[in-house]
Amino acid sequence: MNRNWLSRLCNNSKSRIGISIVSFFIIIAIIGPFFFPEPNAYVDAPLLEPSLEHIFGTTGQGQDVLAQTIAGSRSTLFIGLSAGMLVVFLGLLIGSIAGYFGGRADDLLSLLINVFLLMPGLPLMVIIAAWLPPGPYSILSVLVFTGWAWNARVLRSQVLSLRQRDYVFAAIINGESNMRVIIYEIWPKMISLITSSFIGATIYTIGAQVGLEFLGLGDVNKVTWGNNLYWATNDLALLTGSWWTYVPTGLCIALVSFGMTLINYGIDEISNPRLLSERLVKEKYPFIFNRNGSTPVVRTSPSE
Amino acid sequence: MSPSVRYLLNRLGFYLIAAWAAITLNFFIPRMMPGDPASIMFANFRGKLKPEALEALKQTFGITDAPIFSQYLDYITHLFKGDLGVSIAYFPQPVSSVVISGLAWTLFLVGISLILSFAIGTIIGMYIAWNRDGKLDSILPPGFALLSAFPYFFTAMILLYVFGFKYGWFPIRHAYSSNITPEFSIPFIMSALYHVFLPACTLVFMGIGGWMLAMRNSMITTISTDYISFAKARGLSERRIMFYYAAKNAILPIITSFGMAIGFALNGAILTEIIFSYPGQGYILFEAVKSQDFQLMQGIFLTITLSVLAANWIIDILVLALDPRTRK
Repeated sequence: MNRNWLSRLCNNSKSRIGISIVSFFIIIAIIGPFFFPEPNAYVDAPLLEPSLEHIFGTTGQGQDVLAQTIAGSRSTLFIGLSAGMLVVFLGLLIGSIAGYFGGRADDLLSLLINVFLLMPGLPLMVIIAAWLPPGPYSILSVLVFTGWAWNARVLRSQVLSLRQRDYVFAAIINGESNMRVIIYEIWPKMISLITSSFIGATIYTIGAQVGLEFLGLGDVNKVTWGNNLYWATNDLALLTGSWWTYVPTGLCIALVSFGMTLINYGIDEISNPRLLSERLVKEKYPFIFNRNGSTPVVRTSPSE
Repeated sequence: MSPSVRYLLNRLGFYLIAAWAAITLNFFIPRMMPGDPASIMFANFRGKLKPEALEALKQTFGITDAPIFSQYLDYITHLFKGDLGVSIAYFPQPVSSVVISGLAWTLFLVGISLILSFAIGTIIGMYIAWNRDGKLDSILPPGFALLSAFPYFFTAMILLYVFGFKYGWFPIRHAYSSNITPEFSIPFIMSALYHVFLPACTLVFMGIGGWMLAMRNSMITTISTDYISFAKARGLSERRIMFYYAAKNAILPIITSFGMAIGFALNGAILTEIIFSYPGQGYILFEAVKSQDFQLMQGIFLTITLSVLAANWIIDILVLALDPRTRK
């Protein structure tokens, strides 16, 4: 079942493009820095335009932009992916407790989730990050502390609906412990939702991390994508028109997020029964779709 | 008490709890952090304030030798008097006046761009959902997905470079020309609109995609309902069905998500303002971070949170007024 799901994901054209883009950047993040061991080294005059010698030009401090872009990918992707994982895990934990046990626990946790959802993320992150010693791990903890609520809300409602299924009742009546029911009966059924939540969370953590570092709240001596943009504005790239100091990094961030969004589209297409059955109908009976401008009703099961 | 009033009071209670949570976080965050918050917080005041004044300031933040609970009460009492301390970045102005001047510009920027992106996004979403086999439906959603994958401030940087720097069509900083006095006059309003154009464009571009997708999906669900088929069977015109039967119902759930969107738009506005040196909350927050002005940062967090909560309550009232199904 799970292998089937993965192979269907790889066969979906959208997610295949997304997976290629993301893997490309992950490979760069792993091996790239070995080719550019000293991205902060002074290599040439500052703010040189892109040329054969420096394909992406040089920064305001005479560093090679290509080297900085590649070296920056490692820290940004590593913190982004691990924060994404932690965010989803925390969200899954809180969402599962709230959705499975219901009652008072659910009331309390839902209140907490809703309060965190309403609080504006960036200012909250800033006031926490400003107190912590600058560095990637401070940023990681800030991202996890402020980012879990959305996932908790989405995963909670899924747990809540699975909780009502007969097979879960059967497992409980069989005398399985609550922990076991959640981990072995409920979570495996949520693989696609957990995966897409993880990808969504990673898009968020990469964006928020870059934003925080751009504000100068990271360790500004480290080479990361956020810091590249921080130094670009600090060295007045905007007022001198040296676009090459921030465009490569910005494009990389956008491509990674876009690739991840595509993977999520793919997951949605293969696991959303509505979209799936609509596509199957479309393949089999294309003429239905040309009859009028409306979408044929794909009947959902009466239990929903 | 009518059910609608009870519902609104219920929501108000929730927002009050959220506001209390924000205030409490604001109080406890410095105290939970490693190091000595008082000495970090006030280190930058040395040489700027007299010792008595510094003592008074510590009182404001409840940083005294008293037990933590009475510190907390102290803090809340000062808060209710509107006393948020003194800013370092804008010394000697009090935090409250710095924050309020910034709030006005941020609300102006976010208000304009939210309304525009909502209007444009829902109209496009409605249109592409109605013509689902059309070209636009296969181009626009992935196109905007790519656009919204860029960080807000990156889009802002590109717009600033191209239209502000390269072509010089729009100003690249501040909220109005320095030779105009801020007053309620036509030249001032024109100048403010001219300056807000590029930052607002950034937020609108980044915001449209979300509204468009939400509206498209909501429309698709609405289109497959029976009353749409019935309207078609009656031979009503396509336009009439699209606007008055489908879109009118599809837009209601979107308005409900407006509250959440305000939070996202504010995050984007903060970063965009920094790029355009637009004197709103975000720019002030950036100045506060640069000069380690903790009072100012916390003041901004509080005012932004409170305005998001207030906006959400207004949206609750709006939804209640617009959607008869919520008024049972």
